Amino acid sequence: MKLYIAILLTAILTENFVLSKFLGICPFLGVSKKLNTAVGMSTAVIFVMALSTAVTYPINKYILRTDYAYLRTIVFILVIASLVQLVEIILKKFIPALYNALGIYLPLITTNCAVLGVVLLNITKELNFAQSMFNSIGGGLGFMVAMVMFSGVRERMESCDIPKFLQGLPIVLIAASLVSVSFLGFTGLVDGMFG
Amino acid sequence: MDEKKSLRKEFTKGFLSENPVLRLVLGTCPTLAISTSVTNAIGMGISATMVLVCSNIAISALRRVIPSKVRIPAYVVVIASFVTIVQMLVEAFVPAIDAALGVYLPLIVVNCIILGRAEAFAGKNPVAASAIDGLGMGIGFTMTLSIMAAIREILGAGTLLANLQGLLAVFGDNPLGGFNGFNIAEKFNLTPMTIFILAPGGFFVFGILMACANRLAEKKGKPKAELKGCSSCPMAASCSLIINGEPKESKQEEGTK
Repeated sequence: MKLYIAILLTAILTENFVLSKFLGICPFLGVSKKLNTAVGMSTAVIFVMALSTAVTYPINKYILRTDYAYLRTIVFILVIASLVQLVEIILKKFIPALYNALGIYLPLITTNCAVLGVVLLNITKELNFAQSMFNSIGGGLGFMVAMVMFSGVRERMESCDIPKFLQGLPIVLIAASLVSVSFLGFTGLVDGMFG
Repeated sequence: MDEKKSLRKEFTKGFLSENPVLRLVLGTCPTLAISTSVTNAIGMGISATMVLVCSNIAISALRRVIPSKVRIPAYVVVIASFVTIVQMLVEAFVPAIDAALGVYLPLIVVNCIILGRAEAFAGKNPVAASAIDGLGMGIGFTMTLSIMAAIREILGAGTLLANLQGLLAVFGDNPLGGFNGFNIAEKFNLTPMTIFILAPGGFFVFGILMACANRLAEKKGKPKAELKGCSSCPMAASCSLIINGEPKESKQEEGTK
């Protein structure tokens, strides 16, 4: 149990996907303008991350194994893309309420490097199935934490008087840099807690 | 003559006026993650350029065959195949770079520069122009990545071109007479500012570089870079809906169809 909590906390705080691994920067910069879209997007990311880990883990373990390790990239991206399509169709048909909340974000996530990244990282880290699931969900939650925090920062920034040449993306990146500094403070936290 | 001129234009536009990173705001993830050392940046740039040129050529050659409805999945398959090839080449010939790039090497698949160029250019233009476009964009990407990496490496680690030997492993054991980068910090007895090679430094340097690019563009009377860069991303249509905050309506429209 201790190990799973450590994996979860590491993925959320010390090795945050957005702020320390730079995965999923596009949605982080693009969709974090408003709180509700940030929440919607990151819920969809958690969902897709967990689902694609659940599907790609057995594929890697039982079909690709080490013999066809070189096919990982191409197989995973195709599996994730078709999975997302499938989920979108199923949700639309059977759970329209959930589809209305997440549907629009789903196609965007296919080409989100955080999803392919987490799946590949689970393999490089040689995690077992349960650990992989915890790592993926933790990664998704970390994405959500970063998005929600940052949307707050951005809403504040709207009313600020920003030097002309910094307006737009540059100031957003510098703000992201400061948020990222705050996450540096978590370094060593998990090791300290769980030894 | 005219054709030559336009080809040259396709080639050079990626350097400044349509620089993929600073002007089109594509491929931000690898830019931030890999720009901790110039050697890695060059390795990443060359790999991405190879994928970009090959996939542009293949997609442009197949542009009349691929039905437009399934073009995105088709592009992704083409790109993923070339990424796999490049991944194997890097693993075989420059193992040090493979280790340094890690998961970011297979992640070239989802680098928006490549899918973006396939969608915006290669799918509509002849093979030669697409190849040139890919090469120009790739060089623009490599240059930007290297400049950013140079700033971060000098300030953050006090070195420049460290571990160059790893990248040059293709050319044998000792290609530059044992030259393995400069160690500025040691030479002048300085303490490097480590934060620049950590995550916050990446965001900060990128922000400052983009501000400079905006300033230059403004002087030439061009609009500044916004996440509008998404317009070359195939997902732009649904993405801009989210950014403008009207996802609900479009949903209902889709439903009535």
